[in-house]
Amino acid sequence: MASRDRAVPAEIYLNVAVSGILTGLVYGLMALGLSVIFGVVRVVNFAHGELMTIAMYIAVVLFSAFKLDPLIMLVPIAMVLFALGYALQAGVINAFITRPEHTQFLLLIALAIIIVNTLLIIFGPDAHSVQTSYAFDSFQVGKLIIDATKLYAAAAALVAATALFAFFRFTDTGTAIRACADNYAGALTVGLDVNRLYALTFGLGAACVGAAGTVLVLIIDVTPQVGPVYTLLAFVIVITGGLGSMPGSLLGGVLIGVTEAMAGLIFTPSAKSMFAFAILVLVLLFRPQGILGRKIS
Amino acid sequence: MTPLLAVDAVSKRFRGLVAVDRVSFSVPQGVICAVIGPNGAGKTTLFNMIAGEFKPDGGTITFGGERIDGHTPDEVCRRGIGRTFQIVRPFPGLSVEDNVVTGALLRRSEVRAARLHAHDVLHRLDLFDKRTLPASALTLPDRKRLEVARALATDPKLLLLDEVIAGLRPTETDRIVAALRDLNRETGLTILLIEHVMRAVMALAQHIVVLHHGAAIAVGAPEVVVRERAVIDSYLGGEAVA
Amino acid sequence: MMAQLTEGVSRRALLLLATLLAALLIAPLVVNDYLLTALILVLYFAYIGQAWNIMMGFAGQLSLGHSLYVGLGAYTAAALFIHFGIGPWLGFLVAIPVTAACGAFLGFLAFRFGVAGVYFAILTIAFAEFARIGFDHFAWVGGSAGFFLPVKQYAHNDLWLLRGAPAMFYYVMLAATALAFIACRLLLHSRIGYFWQAIREDERAARATGIDTFRYKMYAVIISAVMTSFAGVFHAFYYNNLFPEQIFHISRSIEFILAPIIGGIGSLFGPLLGAFLLETLAEGLREVLALLGVDVPGLRQLFFGVCLLLVVMLLPDGVWPWLARRLRIKESKR
Repeated sequence: MASRDRAVPAEIYLNVAVSGILTGLVYGLMALGLSVIFGVVRVVNFAHGELMTIAMYIAVVLFSAFKLDPLIMLVPIAMVLFALGYALQAGVINAFITRPEHTQFLLLIALAIIIVNTLLIIFGPDAHSVQTSYAFDSFQVGKLIIDATKLYAAAAALVAATALFAFFRFTDTGTAIRACADNYAGALTVGLDVNRLYALTFGLGAACVGAAGTVLVLIIDVTPQVGPVYTLLAFVIVITGGLGSMPGSLLGGVLIGVTEAMAGLIFTPSAKSMFAFAILVLVLLFRPQGILGRKIS
Repeated sequence: MTPLLAVDAVSKRFRGLVAVDRVSFSVPQGVICAVIGPNGAGKTTLFNMIAGEFKPDGGTITFGGERIDGHTPDEVCRRGIGRTFQIVRPFPGLSVEDNVVTGALLRRSEVRAARLHAHDVLHRLDLFDKRTLPASALTLPDRKRLEVARALATDPKLLLLDEVIAGLRPTETDRIVAALRDLNRETGLTILLIEHVMRAVMALAQHIVVLHHGAAIAVGAPEVVVRERAVIDSYLGGEAVA
Repeated sequence: MMAQLTEGVSRRALLLLATLLAALLIAPLVVNDYLLTALILVLYFAYIGQAWNIMMGFAGQLSLGHSLYVGLGAYTAAALFIHFGIGPWLGFLVAIPVTAACGAFLGFLAFRFGVAGVYFAILTIAFAEFARIGFDHFAWVGGSAGFFLPVKQYAHNDLWLLRGAPAMFYYVMLAATALAFIACRLLLHSRIGYFWQAIREDERAARATGIDTFRYKMYAVIISAVMTSFAGVFHAFYYNNLFPEQIFHISRSIEFILAPIIGGIGSLFGPLLGAFLLETLAEGLREVLALLGVDVPGLRQLFFGVCLLLVVMLLPDGVWPWLARRLRIKESKR
C-alpha cells in the first residue's frame, strides 16, 4: 500500500502511468477482439476472457516444454485461437443468432464455465507464469524506467491491432465483414455469405484475444480463474472506449490500464478494479456509446 | 365546442430532414378522421408524436383541453388515447385473452373485472373464439384486430389506428370497417386513422387530412378533399376521381 | 383465498404439489443428516431461484449480480447480531430497506438511463463486484478476513436466534420456499403480473397500452432483491461465517441462475424443479466419483456447465415445460 507519511516521488507516478499504458495496450487488443465480435456478429461473448486463458495456457506449456518464447509463438497461437473461434461460431453459436438475447448469454456463459473448469482440471488452481530471459530487463529513458516485457508486449499488441485495422480497411473480406455489421439484410441481398463471414469474424476476434493472451502471460500469472475477470474487463473497456470503434477499444484499454495502475498506487492494489467499475457505471449512464463510439439504436 | 384533439403547427425534424412541417388540424369528438398521403408524407411520425413516442420540435398537441405533447406514451394512454402500430406488436407469448386483459387492467385493478371487460371487447372484434390461442399463432388480420382490441380495452376516448387495414382482403376489410363504424356509432368513440386503402377511407371517414412532404395540403370533408387539385396531383391520381 | 390460489390449476398439478409438500414435510424424519444438508441446499437454491425468476422470468430483466442481495442480507443480519445482539428476524426487517434501497438505486440508474439487455446484466455484475471489493475493506464486518457468528452447542432449537439443529434450518427454508412459491403465484396472476409479462414480451407495446414500465420494472427489481436478501440472512446464521470473496462472487450469481434456467424461466415450478434436478445430479456425480476414487476440483462445476449448455441448446424453455407436457399438466395459462 502506498505510504502516506512520505511524499511519493513524481517519477513513481510517471513510471506507474507508463506501465499502465503499456499493459493497457494489451488489454486494448483483448477488448478489440470483443468489439469486433459484438460489432459484427452481435453476440455478447461472455467467454471472451476464458478464450484468452486458453491461449495463455498454450503459451505457458510451449514455453515450459520447449522453451519457445511467447513473442515468437504469437502468430501460431493466434491461429489456433482463430480456428477455435471459427469452429465455435460456425458449429455452436450460429444457431443462436436469432434466439432471444438472454439465451445467447447463457450459451456463452455455459461455454465459459466449461472452459474454466476444464482448464482447472488439467492445470490445477495454482498460478503458472512465463519467465523469459529478459523478464527482469528494463530500459531507462531519463527518469523513466520501462519494463522490457511490458514494452515488448505492448509493441506486439500494437502490431497485431494495426494488422487487424489494415485487414478491415484494405481487404475485400474485411470490407465485406464491415458491410455485414452495418447492414445485415443488405449484406444478404448483395449475396454475401453471412454465416461464413460471421465465423470468420468470430475467429478473428478469438485470434485477437489469443494474441493478447500470449503476450499478457509475460506480464501476469495465469490461473483458470483469470478468465472471468478479463471477460468483465474486456466489457468495461469496450463499453468505455465505444462499441463499434476499433481505436476506441485501444483507447479504452489504455484508459483502464492507467486507471488500474494509478488506483493501485494511490489507494490499494485490491481496490483497483473498483475504479474500472466506477468508470463503467458512469459511461453506461452518461455516454453509453462510449468515448469514440457511434450511437447505436 | 372544443375539439377532442387539436394539433397546432406541429413540426418534427430528423437531422435535417423535415418529417412533419407545421401541421394543424383538429378532430371533434365522436368523429372518424382519416390521415392520408403518399409514403413518407409524415403520417406515422405525426401519430407517434400524438401518442407520445417523441416530442414535437415545434407546435402543440392538445387533448381534451390539455397539452399532451412531450408526455410519455403510457401517460398519453392513461389520458385516453389508444393506439395500434403500423407493424403489429401484440404480446406474442401471451394468449389473445391475456393480451386484451392487459389493456383492460389499465382502468381496473381486479383481474376478474378486467377479464369480463376483455371478453366484451373480444366479442365486438370477433376474437372471442380464439381467446385461448397464443398471439403468435394468429394470422396477420387477426393480429391486427387483436391490437385494436387491446387498445380498445384501455377505454380510450380517441383511438389511433395506423394502417390497420393494409394487407387485409376485401372481406376482412369490410368486417373491420363495420366493426369500427359500429363502435363509433354506439359508443361515440373518436377515431383517427392512417390509411392507404381509399375504399375504407371513403367508407369510414367523416373528415380527412392529407399530408404531403410533411405538410397538410388539404383538410376537410371527404368529397371536397378528394377533388382538390393538389391532392389529386400528389396522391390520388386522375382515375380516383372519375 | 384457497380458491383464488388454486383457480385454474389442474387436479393433477395440485395432487403433485400436495404429494411433494407431504414428502418434504416428513423428510427430516426419514433421511440421514447428509441428505438433509443436501435438501437444505436444494431449498436454498430453489428459493433464490424463485426470487431471481421474478426479475427475469416475470419482468424480463437479466440479473447476473444477485449475489449482491444475498451478501447484503447476510452482512446486515450478521452485523446486527454480532455487534448489537439483534436476532436474525429483526435483522431481516432491517435488511429489507437496505436491499430495497440498493435494488432501487440499481434499477433507477438502469431504467432512467435506458440501460437494458446485456448492458443491464453487466451493470448488475459491476454492482456485485463493487460490493465484493468494498466489503473486503469493510473492517467493521470483518473485511477479507471474514465475519464469524458465535457457535455454541445448543441443547434445544432457538428459532428466534436461528441457532440449532439442521432440521430447524430445513423447516425454515422449506417455509420460506413455500411462501415464496405462493407469493410468486399470487403476483403472477395479479395486475402487476400481467404488466410484468407485457413488459417482458414487448416493452414499447406495453407502454402504448398505458403501462408505466419504469415503475413496474422497479417493483420487480425491489421485490426480487428483498426476497433474495432473506436467503442471505439464512446463509449467515446457517453457515456462521461470511467472506466477501465468496458471498459476493460472480460464481454465486451464476449458480443462482442455473436452477431457474434449467428448470424453466417464467414458470412457477421451474426454479424448484431445477434446484432438485441439479442437486440430485450433483450428488449422483459425487457418488460416482467417490466410487471411482476420483477427486478433482472443478469437475462438479464442469458438469453444471455441460448441463447448462445442454439445456440451453436442447430445451431452451427449461425442463419443466417439457416435463409438464409429459405429465400432461397444464400450468395455468402462463
